[in-house]
Amino acid sequence: MINYTTLIFLGFLSFPAKAGELDSRAMEALLVKSLNSVGSNRLDTALSEVNALLKANPNFKLAQMLKGDLLMARAKPLSGFGNDPDAPSDRVNDLRDEARARLQRVQQQPVTAAPRFIWQLDPQQRYAIVVDTSKSTLYLYENVNGAPRYVENFYISVGKKGSDKNVEGDQKTPLGVYYVNAYLSKKQLTDFYGSGAYPINYPNEWDTRLGRNGHGIWLHGTPSDTYSRPPLSSNGCVVLSNDDLSHLGKSLQVGTTPVIITNRMEMSDDADKADQAALLKSIEQWRSDWSGRNTDSYLTHYASDFASGNFKLDTWSAQKRLVNSGKSWIKVGLSDVSIFPYPNQPNLVVVNFEQDYASNNLENRMKKRQYWIKRDNRWQIVYEGAAT
Amino acid sequence: MNILLPTHIPKTTQMIRFNRFNQRAALCALLLYFSMISVADEMQDANKLFKQGQAAQALSKADAILANKPKDAQARFLKALILAEQGQSDEAVRLFTALTEDHPELPEPYNNLAVLYANQGQYEKAKIALEKALRTHPSYSTAHENLGDIYAKMASQAYDRALQLDRSKSSSTTRLALIKDMHSPVAKSNTGKIQIASVNNPPAAVASPTVSTPVATITIAATTTPAAVTSAAPTNDKPVTTAAANANDDVLKAVNDWAKAWSSRNAGKYLAMYAKDFKTPNNEARSSWEQQRRDRIGKPQPIVVSIANARVKMLDDSHASVSFIQSYRSGALSSTTRKTLVLSRSNGAWQIQSEQTGAK
Repeated sequence: MINYTTLIFLGFLSFPAKAGELDSRAMEALLVKSLNSVGSNRLDTALSEVNALLKANPNFKLAQMLKGDLLMARAKPLSGFGNDPDAPSDRVNDLRDEARARLQRVQQQPVTAAPRFIWQLDPQQRYAIVVDTSKSTLYLYENVNGAPRYVENFYISVGKKGSDKNVEGDQKTPLGVYYVNAYLSKKQLTDFYGSGAYPINYPNEWDTRLGRNGHGIWLHGTPSDTYSRPPLSSNGCVVLSNDDLSHLGKSLQVGTTPVIITNRMEMSDDADKADQAALLKSIEQWRSDWSGRNTDSYLTHYASDFASGNFKLDTWSAQKRLVNSGKSWIKVGLSDVSIFPYPNQPNLVVVNFEQDYASNNLENRMKKRQYWIKRDNRWQIVYEGAAT
Repeated sequence: MNILLPTHIPKTTQMIRFNRFNQRAALCALLLYFSMISVADEMQDANKLFKQGQAAQALSKADAILANKPKDAQARFLKALILAEQGQSDEAVRLFTALTEDHPELPEPYNNLAVLYANQGQYEKAKIALEKALRTHPSYSTAHENLGDIYAKMASQAYDRALQLDRSKSSSTTRLALIKDMHSPVAKSNTGKIQIASVNNPPAAVASPTVSTPVATITIAATTTPAAVTSAAPTNDKPVTTAAANANDDVLKAVNDWAKAWSSRNAGKYLAMYAKDFKTPNNEARSSWEQQRRDRIGKPQPIVVSIANARVKMLDDSHASVSFIQSYRSGALSSTTRKTLVLSRSNGAWQIQSEQTGAK
């Protein structure tokens, strides 16, 4: 329960003074500054700060709520946040949650270290996204020689019922490794989605394997009369303010940019690096076993519960033995490798690469996706298929 | 609800009332000092007609006065009021605006302008008008209270935007209403001498320094009270006597002490300000009321109580009523309340017999 008098106060925040040209970060900083002014009983200061915010964006509902409280404070004693006696309590609670989320965002320094969820980016991927649903924050990383470098972060809203989507209509945001797979412009959408939308590929191969369903998980904007939405307010989509979505859009590549959604941000550490090295070694071993037509060895890389489409381990093994025995030579080359540890699934990683296959009677180049899992200290493949 | 207590209404004022959000008391009659008795008589008739509900006749009377004296402030004021009453708010706004331009020292036209603006949903304009009224008369309680209502209304607008509610449609069909028990300023004074309560004389008028009331502000820090405070709103034609003034000073000092004890969270001293026969607010037992007050006052948060616009009315030698605007602030809470204390004197000490909170 947020209460003005119990807010934890920040030090001084700097923000551009140009009203009307505040970006989302400056808006948020000014909002928090104003909340702090309320907390320290400088109501007039708070009101002028809120007025500056609303001048820049009259559709910032949380700021309107704060303004209402500040004006009401001049008319009668206030009992707390959202003093309108006729206000629907769920909406007041929503705005209170947004205030809390934004306060936390400003109070906590943005996490600029490398997240655990990006081990390697391929050279085509200029940027990567990590969404932390618990922090109402989307982080953008730039690809620097395959490693993520923090660029910026944005306030976001996620599903009404939180995260870890499982079934259609559960109003949750999925957790996992996804990719932006389309772009819908403002013209193609109703006002509800704002300045544009970037659908992601939920349910992915892992979701399908677990029997999860549902569809239509997008990154999208807000209606024209709404600057931002409460932290938990979508039906599972990740919602950004229109300005932020348009800005972020410049960094997104359809079919390429990974969107990793977690409910707990984690940073990369030394154990990670060891795991990563072991995995790379396993991938290379898998490639060379295949190239060497060393089928027994090759098949040891697949887990007992391996599944790909209609194949299980036994049918997959039979098929591979049959194919490989008919070859006099095989060459397999891997390039553009990307590796993303799976959020909320310990020891599971998603590996993508460009596979260049050649043999005495077939040549094939494809984008491939594998899910590797570490069991008994050994990396094994649980899924393999074309990357769509 | 937000009804002005009779003791707060200077006898010489009239007020219009604003039904929608209980906006109080735009003063109707300007308390002007007329240079011509005949105009005063005419004006008296016009006011009387208006009071009797004969708006059309009152309007033609006012127009007749204005034909001779186009600048007559009170006639212009009455005309504006009648037009407002008749729903011609644009014209009323124009007249009141002109009055504020010619008599920027008068708070009433600003106040009524604010009421009209508020009725049109133009709260920002209403707020500015009231702030101007308060700039000339910082202690003008009606403007204070109306401003409180405007803030509440603006707050409500902001809430609507915050919560995507649309309540504006339901509340836009309101109009000014006239309070029935208006007092005509002239009717009481056959001698042609008009008492001036809270309004300063316009520049053209002859000043009457003994009764014009400057801003009366008492803060708890002040140990002595400006003498001007005691001259507020005399209720009869008798000049304020020295003895009465002294009694007034004592009463005000008691009220100051009470506010000071409250501010310093000295519950013992605070409670000692209440007479044995003090009428508890909900007729509860004195002991349980005292306990409530102790709990409230004893909280660790700082309390700041200040008093403004105090008006003392001697009921008899040992009884007085004091009305004032009380500002209370504790933590994030603040309130401005109209309050009336009735005090009685026993053994030379003034103690509170009853405490009445009006409005808010």
